[in-house]
Amino acid sequence: MSARDIAAAVRSGDRSARSVVEEHLATIAAREPELHAFNLVMADDALVAADTIDAQVARGIDPGPLAGVPVALKDNMCTRGVPTTCSSRILEGWRPPYDATAVERLRAAGAIVIGKTNLDEFAMGSSTENSAFGPSRHPLDPSRVPGGSSGGSAVAVAADFAALGFGSDTGGSIRQPAALCGVVGVKPTYGAVSRYGLIAFASSLDQIGPFAADVTDAAIALEAVWGHDPLDSTSIVEPIDSVVAALERGVDGMRVGIVTELTDVDGIAPEVRARVVAAADALTAAGAHVDTVSVPSTVYGLSAYYLIAPAEASSNLARYDGVRYGLRVPAPDIADMNAATRDAGFGAEVKRRIMLGTYALSAGYYDAYYGKAQRVRTLIIRDFARAYEQFDVLLSPTAPTVAFEIGAKSADPLAMYLSDVCTIPTNLAGHCAMSVPYGTGEHGLPIGVQVLAPALGEPTMFRVARAIEASLA
Amino acid sequence: MTPAARLTRDDVLHVAHLARLALSDAEVDEFTRQLEVILEHADDVAALDITDVEPTAHPLPLLNVLRSDVVRPGVDRAEVLANAPDPIDDRFRVPRILGDS
Repeated sequence: MSARDIAAAVRSGDRSARSVVEEHLATIAAREPELHAFNLVMADDALVAADTIDAQVARGIDPGPLAGVPVALKDNMCTRGVPTTCSSRILEGWRPPYDATAVERLRAAGAIVIGKTNLDEFAMGSSTENSAFGPSRHPLDPSRVPGGSSGGSAVAVAADFAALGFGSDTGGSIRQPAALCGVVGVKPTYGAVSRYGLIAFASSLDQIGPFAADVTDAAIALEAVWGHDPLDSTSIVEPIDSVVAALERGVDGMRVGIVTELTDVDGIAPEVRARVVAAADALTAAGAHVDTVSVPSTVYGLSAYYLIAPAEASSNLARYDGVRYGLRVPAPDIADMNAATRDAGFGAEVKRRIMLGTYALSAGYYDAYYGKAQRVRTLIIRDFARAYEQFDVLLSPTAPTVAFEIGAKSADPLAMYLSDVCTIPTNLAGHCAMSVPYGTGEHGLPIGVQVLAPALGEPTMFRVARAIEASLA
Repeated sequence: MTPAARLTRDDVLHVAHLARLALSDAEVDEFTRQLEVILEHADDVAALDITDVEPTAHPLPLLNVLRSDVVRPGVDRAEVLANAPDPIDDRFRVPRILGDS
């Protein structure tokens, strides 16, 4: 049942929120032990929230546009009094003293938080294998990864553990798992959704966004959380045009560019490329003008990202020092306590990125690495701007391949990093992009097509995504 | 220093100290090897001649954001201290900060 159908049924009194939650908890009980989507299932809290919603409906009060809709939250979104771990030992047991703005808005819209989902530790990874609490598994083939870092939320939606999921996307962490699991995943424009209460990884790139079973639910979910928040100094003040209102406007006359550098490159599986071409053909049939376009500097995106994101992370993660919260490994003096705590509390990938970022920022290397990467960021922004003079939206694969086997890339960090080659440029530019499921490849595993748009181009992006989705029906 | 100058074990130890990570010997060996591979991949960026291009630190023009100077509730002190590894009298106790000398 879609999120919008659940909300409609609960608001009209046709269905109780409690029955919706009970149904999802039963699905979780059946498959969660195998898939490990959650770090925490909040069964009791969810039932209490459901009863509150039902009581409102009984009194004639509208609980909101997401009334009774179970949502799964990535475990890096703060929930007051409820453990929020980032899938890291260093935060095990920590209970945030406040809710993230996105969480507060979801609750205000009537949504019911059903659990906190697994992620790559501190959102660093592309497979959800880098979790201190064990990997999440692909719902169609549990020997494979669901993608990452928001893998748990993608699994939760794909396995019907929740009608909606939320994650964070720093370099593709919503879109790539969405593609691998066959659901819709949205990375909104930087600043569209408040980052207040999202535990920081790379602050100039992080953005919260939704997972949903279809494009319409994703639009509704996004509108529930976005909009200005005075608690986030990078939150966009101007109102953003409705995406729900734009959904069915079609693509007649729309100019769509297939990005050559993200589609015709080594490492993109031919079956993935074929689905992008098929989506482009469907848009042509729906009245769009499709052509190819070059965004040359995106070829440097991956390298620039793996300097900028670790640099920002090395600074953001300096706060985990064993003093105010989380793990502390005792030592006779504070410097040793800091270092011992951080060595014991962080997993290998987090340490690797802290090391990489600290190196890129260190004396003698700053200009060569971090400085250069920031200049590349400018080039990518310029090249996108040029492309958007000719095209309304751009198209590419979301991920280079279908879901891979657990362990296949664990020993080779660079091979894992390449999973995000198509999604990273959007974060560097601060633009929006989303992944739409569009058929399957090898072993019947899902393939996602990525729709990219400029900053605040969400209404156009959703129109195109909806047209791609509609062509499958 | 050119980006091509390769990473040594001492570099890794130095960076680990800057990052306050007490790495094991095995971790130092592993990171020396892995960071070198990643930095090699970054050489395509490091080699670009783009000094005339302005750097971008952030996708949005950043402005100071101020709120009006009125008292409002902060986070709950008891909730915050309940998370502390070693709270004492509404404060965070830490091990010795200064040496004996």
